[in-house]
Amino acid sequence: MIKAILIFNNHGKPRMSKFYEHYTEDTEQQIIRETFHLVSKRDENVCNFLEGGLLIGGSENKLIYRHYATLYFVFCVDSSESELGILDLIQVFVETLDKCFENVCELDLIFHLDKVHNILAEMVMGGMVLETNMSEIITQVEAQGKMEKSERLQDVFVEFSHQDLLDFYNQMEMIQTQLTR
Amino acid sequence: MALKIVKGSIDRMFDKNLQDLVRGIRNHKEDEAKYISTCIDEIKQELKQDNIAVKANAVCKLTYLQMLGYDVSWAAFNIVEVMSSSKFTYKRIGYLAASQCFHEGTDVIMLTTNQIRKDLSSPNQYDTGVALTGLSCFVTPDLARDLANDIMTLMSHTKPYIRKKAVLIMYKVFLKYPESLRPAFPRLKEKLEDPDPGVQSAAVNVICELARRNPKNYLSLAPLFFKLMTSSTNNWVLIKIIKLFGALTPLEPRLGKKLIEPLTNLIHSTSAMSLLYECVNTVIAVLISLSSGMPNHSASIQLCVQKLRILIEDSDQNLKYLGLLAMSKILKTHPKSVQSHKDLILQCLDDKDESIRLRALDLLYGMVSKKNLMEIVKKLMLHVDKAEGTTYRDELLTKIIDICSQSNYQYITNFEWYISILVELTRLEGTRHGHLIASQMLDVAIRVKAIRGFAVAQMATLLDNAHLLTGNTQRNGICEVLYAAAWICGEFSEHLEDPMQTLEAMLRPKVATLPGHIQAVYVQNAAKLFATVLQKHEGETDSQAAQETSQLLIDRLPLFVQSANLEVQERASCILQLVKYIQKLQQKNVEVAEEVTALFAGELNPVAPKAQKKVPIPEGLDLDAWINEPPSESESEDEKPKVVFAKEEPKHYRSRHTEVDEKELARRREVRKQEQANNPFYIKASPSSQKVYDAPGVEHIPVVQIDLSVPLKVPGMPMSDQYLKLEEERRQKEKAERKKKEKKKKREKRGKGRKADSGPESEEDITPAHQVDIVTEEMPENALPSDDDDKDPNDPHKALDIDLDKPLADSEKLPVRTHRPEVLKSPAEDRDSKSVPQETKKKSSKEKKEKKKDKEKDRKRSKEEKKKKKKHKEVEEELLESQPEEAVQSEETKEAAAPPTSTSAEASDLDFWLSSAPVPPAAAQEVTAPSSAAAVDTSSAAAPESEPDEPKDTEPEDTKSSKHKKKKQKKEKEEKEKKKKKRHHHHHHHGDAGGEDSVQNGTVEEEEPLPPMSNYSLLAENSYIKMVYDIQGNHQDESKVVVSVIFENKSDSFLKSMEFNVLDSLNSKLQRPEGAGPHDGLTVPFQLPPGVSNEARFVFSVQSIVMPQKLKGTLTFIVKSDESSTHEKLDFKLHFTCTSYLITTPCYSDAYAKLLESGDLKGSSLRLEGINMPFHHLLARICFHHHFSVVERIDSCASMYSRSIQGHHVCLLVKTSDQTVSIDAKCDEPSLLGNVLDEIKQTFSKC
Repeated sequence: MIKAILIFNNHGKPRMSKFYEHYTEDTEQQIIRETFHLVSKRDENVCNFLEGGLLIGGSENKLIYRHYATLYFVFCVDSSESELGILDLIQVFVETLDKCFENVCELDLIFHLDKVHNILAEMVMGGMVLETNMSEIITQVEAQGKMEKSERLQDVFVEFSHQDLLDFYNQMEMIQTQLTR
Repeated sequence: MALKIVKGSIDRMFDKNLQDLVRGIRNHKEDEAKYISTCIDEIKQELKQDNIAVKANAVCKLTYLQMLGYDVSWAAFNIVEVMSSSKFTYKRIGYLAASQCFHEGTDVIMLTTNQIRKDLSSPNQYDTGVALTGLSCFVTPDLARDLANDIMTLMSHTKPYIRKKAVLIMYKVFLKYPESLRPAFPRLKEKLEDPDPGVQSAAVNVICELARRNPKNYLSLAPLFFKLMTSSTNNWVLIKIIKLFGALTPLEPRLGKKLIEPLTNLIHSTSAMSLLYECVNTVIAVLISLSSGMPNHSASIQLCVQKLRILIEDSDQNLKYLGLLAMSKILKTHPKSVQSHKDLILQCLDDKDESIRLRALDLLYGMVSKKNLMEIVKKLMLHVDKAEGTTYRDELLTKIIDICSQSNYQYITNFEWYISILVELTRLEGTRHGHLIASQMLDVAIRVKAIRGFAVAQMATLLDNAHLLTGNTQRNGICEVLYAAAWICGEFSEHLEDPMQTLEAMLRPKVATLPGHIQAVYVQNAAKLFATVLQKHEGETDSQAAQETSQLLIDRLPLFVQSANLEVQERASCILQLVKYIQKLQQKNVEVAEEVTALFAGELNPVAPKAQKKVPIPEGLDLDAWINEPPSESESEDEKPKVVFAKEEPKHYRSRHTEVDEKELARRREVRKQEQANNPFYIKASPSSQKVYDAPGVEHIPVVQIDLSVPLKVPGMPMSDQYLKLEEERRQKEKAERKKKEKKKKREKRGKGRKADSGPESEEDITPAHQVDIVTEEMPENALPSDDDDKDPNDPHKALDIDLDKPLADSEKLPVRTHRPEVLKSPAEDRDSKSVPQETKKKSSKEKKEKKKDKEKDRKRSKEEKKKKKKHKEVEEELLESQPEEAVQSEETKEAAAPPTSTSAEASDLDFWLSSAPVPPAAAQEVTAPSSAAAVDTSSAAAPESEPDEPKDTEPEDTKSSKHKKKKQKKEKEEKEKKKKKRHHHHHHHGDAGGEDSVQNGTVEEEEPLPPMSNYSLLAENSYIKMVYDIQGNHQDESKVVVSVIFENKSDSFLKSMEFNVLDSLNSKLQRPEGAGPHDGLTVPFQLPPGVSNEARFVFSVQSIVMPQKLKGTLTFIVKSDESSTHEKLDFKLHFTCTSYLITTPCYSDAYAKLLESGDLKGSSLRLEGINMPFHHLLARICFHHHFSVVERIDSCASMYSRSIQGHHVCLLVKTSDQTVSIDAKCDEPSLLGNVLDEIKQTFSKC
């Protein structure tokens, strides 16, 4: 089982956090801080596994992380997951993000948190790995994106009744007076 | 409508969206909190609007703020609103927010049930997908119960995308609602062979996760997984399966043997490191489970070690780490194969990566031998000096101690060396492990008698230089060793060269700055030293010096009398008075030394850590009972139990055996030694109690600055390094000597006290420097053998420990379409809940039929399904008004009972699959026939009224399949498919027959005035014999029940020499004639000609009657026909229900009322839905099946009574209205009552 997936930057600012067990917001922040503390002090060329911090499960769990440019991707898993498998999964995750955002960078994650969550949801569900095949993940993400887009178009092509237009006009006017005041 | 949207778009122009929010936060770096709080205010405004788009935008922003650590639970209701939007865009935002912040405590969650159900059945697969994803994060027990059936239906969805999500989420459902596991499991298993690899992988994932917690329940799936392992190419799936096998092998060594070959093949062939690593891991697990070190497996170990070496030598730190991790697993069982790689591991100790160093340290633990211990420890000591971080250094320290103390100090040849290592470790700065060193010092000094002299000398020096240890407040952890030092010097003071000097050191004023518990030990041991000094002086008749010593104590002790610590104070004042008295005597020239030493006389023995727990509670002692009446509530809080005494550990050790005579003592020691020969205990001086200390005014101690870069050389303290050289020399000398003596005779090797020395051969040559007697620990006589490795009772997985091979009982159906069953009261709703499961089951059986059709029809099928769904709804509505159909229900019971027959048959298949030895066909038939018969029996026992052709049906099929089996593994696949088809056929058959059957079996008969009832239920049956049984309590004896068994000969042959045997449990035992062993069977006192039946009675004794119980048993008999006679056997399970312990006892209504008034009885209640039988039938059933009697009956209400054989009163109040029966019950034994009620419920669920 995967207990939590965290993304934070080199300064420990959270960029995405997904906990598959419930913690209070404060504990979540503490976990992120503790994990950052553990991970950030490690050199570049040491192994990517760590015994878990005290807050999240203790020694039963492992932290498996990768460091890409300004971001740390950390998976907290228990003993049923294969360490190397999870490392591969992180790679798949990052590559998928890269495909979906076209050259992903930290800013993409900051501004599109919901999208990152949606991509992750196609890979990991409730702490269990759902899909590891990147093209399958991208297909599903894109199909859902398309659906969203078509719904947005529906929004625009609404037919207006006469009364609606009048109301619309009135409101515009009201706003204008508010603005000029 | 349109207007709102327009309005919304205008508003949105002025709203911040998520991007604006993020940008804003980034622009307000200096006053982020303030900015966010204004944003939250805005969001609150937005949430108040009607426009769903605005709300969704607000919720989206909240999700971001939640990540930053803001509590957004106040918006839970709005999140639910957004979730229920019809637009996918908003729905997704809502579910995402819910998955981030909902949890079991969120109360609005109960509002979501219907919405989620709607989304799950949405025609849009992404609506369903989003709902499943969200649900996986916040599923609660209520949601799980209410939605389990919906999700189960989704497991057979046409789209693999939905199927895989539905399969995966089932794990979460099982966790929250364990009752769903058994009904859902067959379908889950089916999904292991799903055509879509994603679904397959999800199913593997779920079953692996389940099996990891309760592996034994999943052993029967091993053949299936084995097939998957040899056929799958998906590494992810392979890894999961291989990991699962790793968990299963410890339970079934035969499985391990079967696995070795394919795994080694994989190891050789795969290029994926992750897979290779997991294979190696599982091979190791297999080897551990075999562990007998079979010769042909040494190759596998070699292969593993070889591969791991490659991993460790790899430049990739990850592989290195994992290699070391796996190596440490091999180490436990095959230390020798690892030891040859010592060089590599020592090399890893120098790695720059701390994780790797720690793993290497773990390995070292198992690599030490007598030969290399000193060398390795020396290396570690160097690391200790070099290590920068305190955590790593502390880790090193504990490892050094672990390594040295392992297996009862097995590898230490020179304890002087070990003591000096410990003393060297005391110079560590800022370690937390002072108590660990202290407990080692104590342990060694107590248990190794030969070393006491040396240890005492070392400790005396330590005490003398105590200021070096306590100088810095930061290094307080280490002053714990003074505790040990003081105690050792005091206890073994006869070894001290200059006790006077030590006494003086212990009474220095500075001691008063030490933690209280250490001071207490100082004071107490000063008294012991005083005794020794006195004796010495009196021996030399130096009364002057003796008096000076007394004076010294009288001068110094008052300091301790003033101590804030109660313990110190008390001891000091006691001893001060004692010394004053002694001084008086001394002045009168009385010889007192003898008497003073007598105060501290007595040999000390170490006590095993568990000893206290193992003392059996004497009979008749109830520890929970009050000795006096409980005190009144007003007892003040501040009188907490004092911990003071618990702190002084060693004092309590002192068990004085002076009153026990020496012979008895020696005898006990002998017994103990034998007992412990196979069981080396470690003494753990439970240092936890020493951790607690308070150091009043430590800040005021004058700090002594020490330059620590120069290792301290305390005069008179030998350095451990010297021992290395000395040891070398000694060994050389010994070798030379031995060479001389070699021709003469083999000399004795080791110290007598050592036991179970399993070091490598070459080490046998090394003799310890001292004749060492390691004292073993004391255990109480007749100690309880219980070892408590209890599981955590709070572990949610414990609830999932469910036998999956048992047939499904009717009561286990998944609840459907009920919000909360307790709300259900109106009969209409009630009917609704009953009818839907039938409907869905019906549907699933249809689906199964459909599967048989070709895949080409898939497209058609989806259309059909849609239609069917429509129909389904219509039917549902119809059913709302109509009565439940009996026919459907009876069909369904069979549906439920059928799959388990095949699974239990599979269990016996497992045995077959595992035993690779060829079996002659006839024998095979014999082996499988009884077991399959037994399997069938259990299923038919669950539904005894079902027609008997079912077992006949399965039996030949099974034997046939087993014939197929033994041919070859290759055929397995084919054969499985066949079997599957057959199984389908089975369903089919029952589905068709269902309509007709309902006329024949019990359901129709029930319409008659009073149905004939029989308490005899089927025990077991095969083609020769049928056994039915009934259990009755015995009026005379409160611990006996009588089991009446009717044997019916079904064959054409003569049955004789029947022997009835039962495997006794602790609670229930078959009464056997005197002189018979506990495993002997009872001869049935008759023979059976063809077609004849007869009854025999067996008496069982039971102790506790509050729980139902099952006993396994066997009936062996000889079948004699004209030509031949064969031995046959039939397995069965005797089910002692709690009902069978009840005796029908009449009770008068006034006595009954009194009983209820007494208040001794505890209540419980039960509600039965959908019972449409006359009330008197109902009562008759309860009376007959559950041994009750009716006390009083008024209209649709009755009170009933029964008594258990042990005199528990059970009272029932049965009320009925509109098909709902409520039973309020009272009994003086709640668990008995609970079980009886369950059984009543079961009786009525069957009809």
